[in-house]
Amino acid sequence: MNEDQGAEALALLPELILLAGAVGGLLLGLWTPQRRQGRVRAVAVLACLGSAVAAATALPDPAMAVFEGTWTIDTTTGVVRITVALATAVAVLLASASVAGHPRETEAYVLMLLAALGTVALAAAGDLLLLVAAFLLASFPLYALAGFAKDARGTEAALKYYLMGAFSGVLLMLGVTALVLATGTTGYPTLAVALPGAAAPLAAVGVLGVLAGVAFKAGAVPVHFWVPDVTAGTTPAMAAFITTVPKLGAVAAAFRLLAEPFAAASVDASLLVAVLAAASMTLGNLAAFSQTEVLRLLAYSTVSQVGYLFMVVAVAARTELAVPALTIYLAGYAVTNIGAFAAVAAAPAARTISDWTAAVGRRPWLVVSLVVILLGLVGTPPTAVFVGKLAVFSAAWDGAMIWLVVLAAVNTVASLFYYLRWITAGAVGVSAAPPAAGDGAPAGPGPTVGVVQRTALLPTAVLHSAAVASLVLGIGAGLWLAVALPA
Amino acid sequence: MLLTVVIFLPLVAAGVLLAAPRLGGRAAIVLWVAASAVDLALVAWMWWRFDPGPSPAGVVGGPAYEVDLQWIPTVDAGYHIGVDGLSLPLLALTGVVFLACAVYSLRESHRPRSYAALFLFLQTASLGTFAALDLILFFVFFDLTIVGMYFVIAGWGHGNARRSALKFFLYTFVGSLALLVGFIGLFLGGEQRTFDMVALAADPPLANSPVAGGLVLVAIGLGLAVKTPLFPFHTWLPDAHTDAPAAGSAVLAGILLKLGTYGFVRIAMPILPDAWQRWAMVAVVAGVVSVLWGAFVALAQTDVKRMIAYTSVNHMGYVLLGLGAAGLVTPADDGARTIATVGAVYQMVSHGLLTGALFLLSGVLWSRGHTYTLDRWGGLARPAPVFAASLAVAAFGSLGLPGLSGFIAEFQVFTGALQAAPVATVLAVVGILVTAGLFLLALQRLLTGDTVVPLDEDGADRLSTRPEGGGTATATRPRTATVMRDLRGHELASIVPLLVLAVVLGLFPRVLLDVVEPAAAAVVQLVAR
Repeated sequence: MNEDQGAEALALLPELILLAGAVGGLLLGLWTPQRRQGRVRAVAVLACLGSAVAAATALPDPAMAVFEGTWTIDTTTGVVRITVALATAVAVLLASASVAGHPRETEAYVLMLLAALGTVALAAAGDLLLLVAAFLLASFPLYALAGFAKDARGTEAALKYYLMGAFSGVLLMLGVTALVLATGTTGYPTLAVALPGAAAPLAAVGVLGVLAGVAFKAGAVPVHFWVPDVTAGTTPAMAAFITTVPKLGAVAAAFRLLAEPFAAASVDASLLVAVLAAASMTLGNLAAFSQTEVLRLLAYSTVSQVGYLFMVVAVAARTELAVPALTIYLAGYAVTNIGAFAAVAAAPAARTISDWTAAVGRRPWLVVSLVVILLGLVGTPPTAVFVGKLAVFSAAWDGAMIWLVVLAAVNTVASLFYYLRWITAGAVGVSAAPPAAGDGAPAGPGPTVGVVQRTALLPTAVLHSAAVASLVLGIGAGLWLAVALPA
Repeated sequence: MLLTVVIFLPLVAAGVLLAAPRLGGRAAIVLWVAASAVDLALVAWMWWRFDPGPSPAGVVGGPAYEVDLQWIPTVDAGYHIGVDGLSLPLLALTGVVFLACAVYSLRESHRPRSYAALFLFLQTASLGTFAALDLILFFVFFDLTIVGMYFVIAGWGHGNARRSALKFFLYTFVGSLALLVGFIGLFLGGEQRTFDMVALAADPPLANSPVAGGLVLVAIGLGLAVKTPLFPFHTWLPDAHTDAPAAGSAVLAGILLKLGTYGFVRIAMPILPDAWQRWAMVAVVAGVVSVLWGAFVALAQTDVKRMIAYTSVNHMGYVLLGLGAAGLVTPADDGARTIATVGAVYQMVSHGLLTGALFLLSGVLWSRGHTYTLDRWGGLARPAPVFAASLAVAAFGSLGLPGLSGFIAEFQVFTGALQAAPVATVLAVVGILVTAGLFLLALQRLLTGDTVVPLDEDGADRLSTRPEGGGTATATRPRTATVMRDLRGHELASIVPLLVLAVVLGLFPRVLLDVVEPAAAAVVQLVAR
């Protein structure tokens, strides 16, 4: 290894720390008695935090591509690195509530770290082959995590997820093959040059296939069917991880593809992604309307959120507003979505909205934080997602997709219906109800029967922190954007 | 800095209320009253120190108490606030109405701590919207008022409150998103890519593209029209008012509706002068239709609160008539258009005071008899003379009797608009007649004749010795009494100051005109570009 490669390897320090955390955690877990596996959790969290710090210090560096252009390190990668690492750390803490003392506790943390690593690789991939490898690395740990509990719902979820993933993986590889056939290259920069002159059918198959694979990881329509089943089949903590972290990388990967190699392709990839975005937000919202189960509701809400994220992907090559919009929305989405799942995890026994409200009935602050988080998902100011939505709408309009902006605005209103159902139940219904239903006989017609009226401490803390972070990221958007995106 | 304190002082008070769970309900309301009073005192101080100046200050440069901080530099959105002749009257109105609501709610018994915190939050949001000089900041506060009011209606309303609250939220949220889309259009249409209202007004975007400018105005106008509300976007209003608590209705009608009209005069007119001129006739027509529709539908109501709600549609119609007339540059001179604009702003303040008082008075009816139905009440002048007198003053003020603030406002609107839009103005004057008729009719039903007071449920239970004995009687005819308790101390202390202010503004209009006129003249000049 010569000096140059050493420097290149150093540029991957955040990823290396994640990898070291995964391997080190696995080894440590092997030599640790089962009762004390909490120390593996500490290693995992430390690795995530270390990775985030390393990524943050590398953020101001100019953009570069290392290892012969296969691994791109720029602002997008940097923000995804930080967000993924922090989100994984929080998810590990969240998960500890349900997997602590579990025979395979160490494995859970290690799998989460590996999936995070794969996600960062997805975001950084500047080469189709690396994209495939990253896809696999980001997928396989999640299949195992989805079925971690080994119960009926979890097994079904894992199987569905795996089948869907295998199918999308094949499509992705088919697409990559087609692109290689059409252009004879796999690197994004050379692909961008060769693709406009390539045979149109091959290019079309290639673009479609690759986008299908990425859309699967992002959980976008039409390959979103795994999302509700997996989300409802696992614990809330795992669901938080699966619906947050891989999406970050997948959206960033799609953004990179659209910004460079597919920008001038003979098929209108931009329009294709715009249609995917429109379908995702609309179908996600429509499906969420009738959900009474909190996890399924959130699952469809993540599908619709991907729609908004794909809006900015669609205009990736068309406006300079796209990169800031992507980073803001990604960070805001990660914080808000984890917060929403933490709210579910705070009342682990509750499955439906009425169960949930009954379980937290006497915790007004919990409801306040939930309201902040859910209004954040709607995109109400001054939360982080609002700033993200503002930036995304501006970018999409600037990229000559006004119809998409109007549709997104309509969808935002539609999303109110189901978020408000939860908000109203939490804020209005329950705080008025306890004197009547809570204190009375437990045999009443209310949903409280059989639900343990207990909230978990750690998820509650995560929920509050996420709510505060959502507000801080929104109100302080100028400050952190100035750091993340020096003009 | 002072302005920032004024805006966020209520929010801080709300935080204190939430953070002190041991605080008793009464103490929470007292803290609310105190915070609102201090805030109003600060606004009064600002008014005292405010110098309108001879130059068109504010709209295009040099507002008083200005603060301009970067917020989201990538899109040039900032924390830019300031006060000029357009916003100062509305800031003061906000302070007055919220203080009145605080005093009125002294005896609120249903979760008073959250109630007080929510209203304080709403006050911050309203003050922030009026003080904002940045489109995004405006939108942030604008949206927060929706959220706050939603919880007020859903949590403390009566009747079908949840449904009305949802309807309110959905309608106004649709409006606010249209507004946001319009703002993004302004941002992308301008050459300098900024959300700063002052910069945009100084150098209007989309000046050379009538189609794009018109579309952006449609989006902004739609958003503001839902909020104002103008026909045909007013259908959320009666429901929300009927089911909201009295103080919530007072704030909703007195303050939140002004956000819409204020948006027209602050954003639509100076920033899109070209499009506003082109489409001014639409605003005039929308205004006149709202005037007539509101008046005639109010005439048909049998529910006091719904009636007052529809008169709000009517009154906001006058505002739009005035603002639309200000955009008709060709047929009217500057003087007439300035008078119309001044009248529109005057009407906002006047309507805030009078409708606030009317809704609080209707809240008194609810607290005595748990019904708003006109038929269930009668002859109240005898048992409750103070209530009757207050209601009469508020109603006469609302129908535009000379000597009260509503007259000054409507007179100026008509004077200013007559030259530009004679037919529309004459039609709008018909609206005054209908409003006069409906208020007189309502006063006659409520105050004169035999005294009829519905018994509320508690009273009925207390009076009836056998529960089943009265069942047959109530089935055919609701039981009534002939006594009604007159205004109590806190009700008196909240409603009378609003009416006194309305009288003061009716007798000494210069107090307000001195502040409004320079700013209105500036807006008129900007529109004429």
